Amino acid sequence: MNEVWFTVAVLGVVTIAIKAVPAVVLGGREVPAAATQVFETLAPALLAALVVTQTFGGDEEIVLDARAAGVGAAAVAVVLRAPIVVAALVAAVTAAIVRAVT
Amino acid sequence: MRISAPFAVAVVAFGVSFGVLARAADMGATAAIVFSATTWAGSAQFAVAAILGSGGAVVSAITAGVLLNSRYLAMSAAVAPSLVGSRLRRALHGLAIVDESWALSARGDGTFDRDKLVGVALTLYPAWVLGTAIGALSGDAIGDPEALGLDAAFPALFFALMVSQLRTRQHVSAAVLGGAIALILIPLTPAGLPIIAASAAALIGLRAR
Repeated sequence: MNEVWFTVAVLGVVTIAIKAVPAVVLGGREVPAAATQVFETLAPALLAALVVTQTFGGDEEIVLDARAAGVGAAAVAVVLRAPIVVAALVAAVTAAIVRAVT
Repeated sequence: MRISAPFAVAVVAFGVSFGVLARAADMGATAAIVFSATTWAGSAQFAVAAILGSGGAVVSAITAGVLLNSRYLAMSAAVAPSLVGSRLRRALHGLAIVDESWALSARGDGTFDRDKLVGVALTLYPAWVLGTAIGALSGDAIGDPEALGLDAAFPALFFALMVSQLRTRQHVSAAVLGGAIALILIPLTPAGLPIIAASAAALIGLRAR
């Protein structure tokens, strides 16, 4: 087995376990109210982290590039109550334009 | 599912760009497609292809991939109380978790819509694998996805999803805190850790409201 297939196999198995094991072990149980409260705020916290890392993340450095312009424009669209698909298009088009002119 | 349509389009395009990158990294088309069909997590797969393509060690590639995917531990644990049925059924629901299906199926009160989780997953999974196959097999015929601004579309989609989840001041606080933690940690830790650390912001949910 070469390096690529080894990596694909290990990561496939580990990722499947990461996704399935908590669902199987903790699934269907009564959970304390405190856990529900944490799960409720987990979505905005994790989504904000995804937005930040995908917008500003570089190779262990903060990068300010066309992505930030695109996401900034999309944020304006979202605040103006644009549909989600329009926001994504605004982001892509803005980033593409900024890249083309810089 | 109508709700996942914009995500499906973006996911196909993202899959194509992963396929192109995997080809450039000499992963081989079959390995790239199998990777997408099993791991099914964009950011981890991109990191692995980038590391292997630049001659990095297998152990670094695997570590980066596991770190990037460890957020699914928290996501799966959060979904778990909303699941019913046999262990196999719960495991399959767990496998339906990707960022998009998790966020779209979150009801905003700490519970999750099982049917929506599976519905979105069944739309996005073929989109991801198909996109990867197109990119890995056609390769050079496709231009640079970054020129199309695709890399800005995903954070924009997640931003829109995040805003739709902000129903109380506590949600807003968790988002601001989570974003701040991630931003501070980007230059200090390997990719993946900033997202895990940001989940600590959810503890704010324990505060009395």
